[in-house]
Amino acid sequence: MHKLLVSAQKEFWLLTRDLGGLAVLFLMPLLLVITITLIQDNTFKSIQENKIPILLVDLDKGEVSNLITNNLKESSLFEIVDESNETSAQDLVQKGDYQLAIILPKNLTKDLNLKIDQNVTGILAEFGVEEKSELSNLKIEKKEIRLYFDPATQRSFKSSVKNNIDKMISKIESQSIYKAFQEELGEESSEPIFDMESFISFNEIVPNTDKQEGIPNSTQHNIPAWSLFAIFFIMLPLSINMVNEKNQGTFIRLRTQPIPYATVLGGKTLVFLVVSLIQFILMLVLGVYLFPVLGLPKLDVTGRIPLLLIVAFFAGLAAIGLGLLLGTIAKSQEQSAPFGATFVVILAAIGGVWVPVFAMPAFMQTLSKLSPMNWGLNAFYDVFLRNVGFSEIIPEISSLLLFFIVTTAIAIIYNQRKNAV
Amino acid sequence: MIQIEQLSKKYKNADHFSLLDLDLKISSGEIFGLLGPNGAGKTTLISILCGLIKPTSGTFTIDGLDFASAKKKLKQLIGIVPQEYALYPSLTAYENLYYFGSMYGLKGKIFKESIDKHLDILGLHKFGDKKVKSFSGGMKRRVNLIAGILHQPKVLFLDEPTVGVDVQSKTAIIDYLRELNAKGTTIVYTSHHLNEAELFCTNVGIIDHGQLICLGTPKELIQKEEGAKHLEEVFLSLTGKALRDYA
Repeated sequence: MHKLLVSAQKEFWLLTRDLGGLAVLFLMPLLLVITITLIQDNTFKSIQENKIPILLVDLDKGEVSNLITNNLKESSLFEIVDESNETSAQDLVQKGDYQLAIILPKNLTKDLNLKIDQNVTGILAEFGVEEKSELSNLKIEKKEIRLYFDPATQRSFKSSVKNNIDKMISKIESQSIYKAFQEELGEESSEPIFDMESFISFNEIVPNTDKQEGIPNSTQHNIPAWSLFAIFFIMLPLSINMVNEKNQGTFIRLRTQPIPYATVLGGKTLVFLVVSLIQFILMLVLGVYLFPVLGLPKLDVTGRIPLLLIVAFFAGLAAIGLGLLLGTIAKSQEQSAPFGATFVVILAAIGGVWVPVFAMPAFMQTLSKLSPMNWGLNAFYDVFLRNVGFSEIIPEISSLLLFFIVTTAIAIIYNQRKNAV
Repeated sequence: MIQIEQLSKKYKNADHFSLLDLDLKISSGEIFGLLGPNGAGKTTLISILCGLIKPTSGTFTIDGLDFASAKKKLKQLIGIVPQEYALYPSLTAYENLYYFGSMYGLKGKIFKESIDKHLDILGLHKFGDKKVKSFSGGMKRRVNLIAGILHQPKVLFLDEPTVGVDVQSKTAIIDYLRELNAKGTTIVYTSHHLNEAELFCTNVGIIDHGQLICLGTPKELIQKEEGAKHLEEVFLSLTGKALRDYA
């Protein structure tokens, strides 16, 4: 026990002697969480506040194109820049001057009205209200609104814009149909006989409370995800610390001393575990006190702190296990640092920190179940977002503990085999 | 004290043996100088005796113990002063000694006083609270030495303990090692300073190409070699003047 405590004391001395390194260890994760949350929370806001300039080529110049143009203007997402020529619009988008160009085709209004009239008179003729006209045999060409996106535009933005335009076109189409019916039935268009507003709407409610309040905000999502990312980054300084011992020759001296390798690792585990818990507590403090000052949603930790610390404790253990294994195997910083950094990013990616697991391909979903970051993230989401009790997080924290035991055991066995005498 | 029988070591991918069928007996209370040119096998032998590397074949015991059956006891019995400084540069001299001493199970007031005493004897009492990275080479060597002897080992292995230090540090180190030997510590030491070995060692073994080529007191070896006045002449006569570069 004495050897373990002195080992931990030595690790503490080593950490505190490198104040720059210690500051980086605590400040960088905080900076990461602030940056990510600010970006995610403000993306939509900034789009609304700073309209995105897009090109509109109106080859129709009719009622429908006017309606689309007005809708785009009213959506407050875009600043419409008129362009007369499709080719020059393409060039400007290709060069990256504009994110998007919308081309409204020639005769859009005329052909859409013709198509609707054809459909409406056809339906009314079926009911015997009207006689079949020549219009029913007319072949009307389908219309295509062309969208040119800058190749550098992200998929999420493209799909969001496409959805919005699709929704707008559908609304215009259905309103035109209602209007055509009304005209065919001989009613005054100033007094609509159809309710053109959407009949079905949606309402988001938290499942276990049946209330709209308490819907998780971006902070509730970001703090656990990025805290976990930061906790796992501890494997980097830990493995570098171990590689340094090998390079300084101190590890050689330790190998000649009557001290088990497990005790050496134990000392490191104690100190780096405390570091990861402090990191996590700082993240919570940040979410509760600093985020509201920055205009971000406040982190709600009411009644959750003990469970959160339990999850952080076991996530820290799993990260330390990885660090101990990497530090045992790596021979130089050139091996441990790039591998550690890349591996944490891979674990985060397959663990669902960036893209939710349910949105991944089937194979990656299976793979994500093997990522300790996924277990940690699920446990954090259980506590933060699903309001569960201790018993519900037992499977995840047990997996994290088991991961620590297995990685540390591999490190000890590897060291024994490599240094057997 | 140390009994070595038919000890051989061939490193992985090496085309020759670093040690070959080495037999050697070092008695209790000796200051044994293990001499030889670069790549002769000195550090390999010390590393095997300290339990850092495994021999390819052969056996050895220290005070009747071997690593296979009494690893922990044996580690407690020996002390090592490696060629590298083997210290944490960002820790103070005291912290380094406290940590490495504690790993031998030392603790309490007596242990802390022992650190102070050793720092004092080796002229470092003013520098106990200074970080090792600010020390000169000679000061680091002395702290390195203290880290290997705090637990009062029965056998002390020193791999070139005076390399790269000034005359004052070298004298302080050698004087202190003599003092330790007088108290009963058996010393096995490697060096390229043959004059130092001649004066310091009670027995000397010259090793070359992994084999022991002569053994005896410095005086005996000088007498055996015709026309030789110092150990250095004996050494050159036995190992030749050809450069021994290796990689």
